[in-house]
Amino acid sequence: MKKPFLCIAPVAALLLAPFAAFGQNAQGSAENGHKIFLKNGCYSCHGYDGHGGVGAKLAPKPIATAAFIAYVRHPAPGGMPTYSAKVMSDAELTDVWAYLRSIPEPPAVKDIPLLNQ
Amino acid sequence: MASDKTGRRGFLKGAAAGAALAAQVPLAAQQIRAAAKPAPETTNAAEKVEVLTNERPGADFMLDVIKSLGIEYATANPSSSCRGLHESMINYGGNKNPELLTCCHEESSVAMGHGFAKIDGKPIISMVHGTVGTQHGAMAIYNDYCDRVPHIVILGNEGDATARRSYVEWTHSAQDAASIIRDYTKWDDNPTSLQHFAESMVRAYKIAMTPPMGPVAIIASGKLQEEPIEESNLRIPKLSMTIPPQGDSGAIAELAKLLVNAENPVIVAGRLARTPNGTKLLVELAETLQAPVNDQRNRMNFPTKHPLYGVGSIANADVILALEVEDIFMTTHRMSPLNRIGMGEPRRLTKENAKLISISCLDLFQRTNYQDFARYNEVDMAIAGDGEATLPSLIEACKKLITPDRRRALQERGAKLAEAHKKMEEQNRQLASQGWDSSPLTTARVSAELWAQIKNEDWSLVGNDAFFSRWPTRLWNFDKHYQFIGGSGGEGVGYGAPAAVGAALANKKHGRLTINIQNDGDLNYAPGVLWTAVHHQIPMLNIMHNNRGYHQEVMFVTTMATRANRDPSRGGIGTKLIEPNIDYASMAKGYGMQGIGPITDPKDVAPAIRRALQIVKSGEPVMVDTVTQGR
Repeated sequence: MKKPFLCIAPVAALLLAPFAAFGQNAQGSAENGHKIFLKNGCYSCHGYDGHGGVGAKLAPKPIATAAFIAYVRHPAPGGMPTYSAKVMSDAELTDVWAYLRSIPEPPAVKDIPLLNQ
Repeated sequence: MASDKTGRRGFLKGAAAGAALAAQVPLAAQQIRAAAKPAPETTNAAEKVEVLTNERPGADFMLDVIKSLGIEYATANPSSSCRGLHESMINYGGNKNPELLTCCHEESSVAMGHGFAKIDGKPIISMVHGTVGTQHGAMAIYNDYCDRVPHIVILGNEGDATARRSYVEWTHSAQDAASIIRDYTKWDDNPTSLQHFAESMVRAYKIAMTPPMGPVAIIASGKLQEEPIEESNLRIPKLSMTIPPQGDSGAIAELAKLLVNAENPVIVAGRLARTPNGTKLLVELAETLQAPVNDQRNRMNFPTKHPLYGVGSIANADVILALEVEDIFMTTHRMSPLNRIGMGEPRRLTKENAKLISISCLDLFQRTNYQDFARYNEVDMAIAGDGEATLPSLIEACKKLITPDRRRALQERGAKLAEAHKKMEEQNRQLASQGWDSSPLTTARVSAELWAQIKNEDWSLVGNDAFFSRWPTRLWNFDKHYQFIGGSGGEGVGYGAPAAVGAALANKKHGRLTINIQNDGDLNYAPGVLWTAVHHQIPMLNIMHNNRGYHQEVMFVTTMATRANRDPSRGGIGTKLIEPNIDYASMAKGYGMQGIGPITDPKDVAPAIRRALQIVKSGEPVMVDTVTQGR
């Protein structure tokens, strides 16, 4: 009797995990997210701190976690490559989101003399 | 070698002729004609001593021909198959017009000519060694061709098998030396006499300079260069330049009607402005019509701060005028993106009833094998003619049709477009502020730091900013033709550094401040060109875009990995230039160029640029290594 119960518990946890991650204010590890952001090549299009470039600007105010994960799974035509759950789990994406959320605002344009020449 | 009696007689004749000319400065062809007259025959046995010198080699006349064309420079990696011409150039010609520039690779020597011509508007010559040198220079010639740039390439070759002195001369000779570049040159020839060389060289110059411009190749036979001048009545033909063709007057009248009556016309400019006048004419056309200009930045077509710059909507346009645009299809369609499996139907971006008109000389010249001609341009009216040459008649035709009422309507449209331009500029500044204090440096930050220190100088950006997220284009005020020269044309990597040195050379005589944003991957193809810049005292500020990799490929390979549900973290294998990081300041120093960096802290960028500018103003090239984000 114990064996089936022990098996069911992790399965249930896995099933519930995505729902937790899809919450508006999902928790995640910004530190781990930073590592994943660099390791998996997110930086190459979005910049080392998500400021944008070839890819869209992601930080410092990323879209809601659920929308973020949904977009990564099914990006718009012409947008980024698809990162399926086989490549990045919802938990990892939640960590990436947490990292993006942690990035501070850049100085305002009006406060950058070089952009007001 | 003296077993050939005819050859020995040639030497005797040449020696006699040369002696008569020894003290003379370079001659015009008419003088050579007299000089090349056969020496009187003699029966005196004492005078039949084998003569081992030749003071009037054929290369001298070849050089006279080159000089007659006003060629300022010759670039070359020294080669045995061009040795005769090389020696004539430096001694007989005094190493002036053309001056010989020492290059470390044929790809560099050819690309230098490419960059020079885009600033100067005129070709130089590049002397390329037979076979292996041609193979080295081939990609750079292809870039010339795709970018429609005039260039004269001289290929050394020994066509006469009996004149080849070693196995090396056999392996570096070819039956048809220009065959490997024929698909991407406008014309080539293999002259078999000096007079033939003269005609072919003048013809080559004319063909290279006729729109659509392009590279041409002339084979310089080893024997012709080195043997004495024996031909009599040598002359240099008159150069008669082709007047670029204008579009048909009836078609221009019809086009003017369409443009004046259009509600949302858009002008797209490709390789339009061949000269500074091309830029002025495009401004006049755009202002006459109050029409936006989408500049593809292949040339300096339109001022970037002009209120009509960059705000044309292809989707809303009712009339699209494409001026010297190579790939109209990709301007008006979108293909299946890389993040989708397979190819769907191309999506048309324009309105169904939008009229599409092209003015281009490209319709007058196409080759077959290489596919630079892109998709078939399905336009409503294809006007064959040079865009720049056609603009005056188009402007005049438009002005005649504009009534006072229409002018008021156009001005209202212009005001709206100016507002859109202002918003675009604000958005650019906003985007530039993102990651402002990041390390690696953002390309926007480096561009803004540069602009702050060059904006009051007479500057010229000779590197393509496409891989720098076009931040100079988005932040700087480009309003002079020489301030931008576009990209490589054929997208052949390795173009950037040598083309920038060539462009800097052309800027030198005008005292302009040359700036090159240099991609790291590009420099590593043939970095010896840094030495060429130092050796020939070509001042220029090189800013390394050191993103430590072939970044385009980093992104592509990562995309392929995620598409296959495999590990994207391995996208850097085979694409990144790390472990060790390359120290470009030290690399520059190795070639004798002053090097600053690597700069990783944004606060260090401004002082580095300040110091570098002092070096450039003293007449030297300098390298500032900035460690940057991918794009």
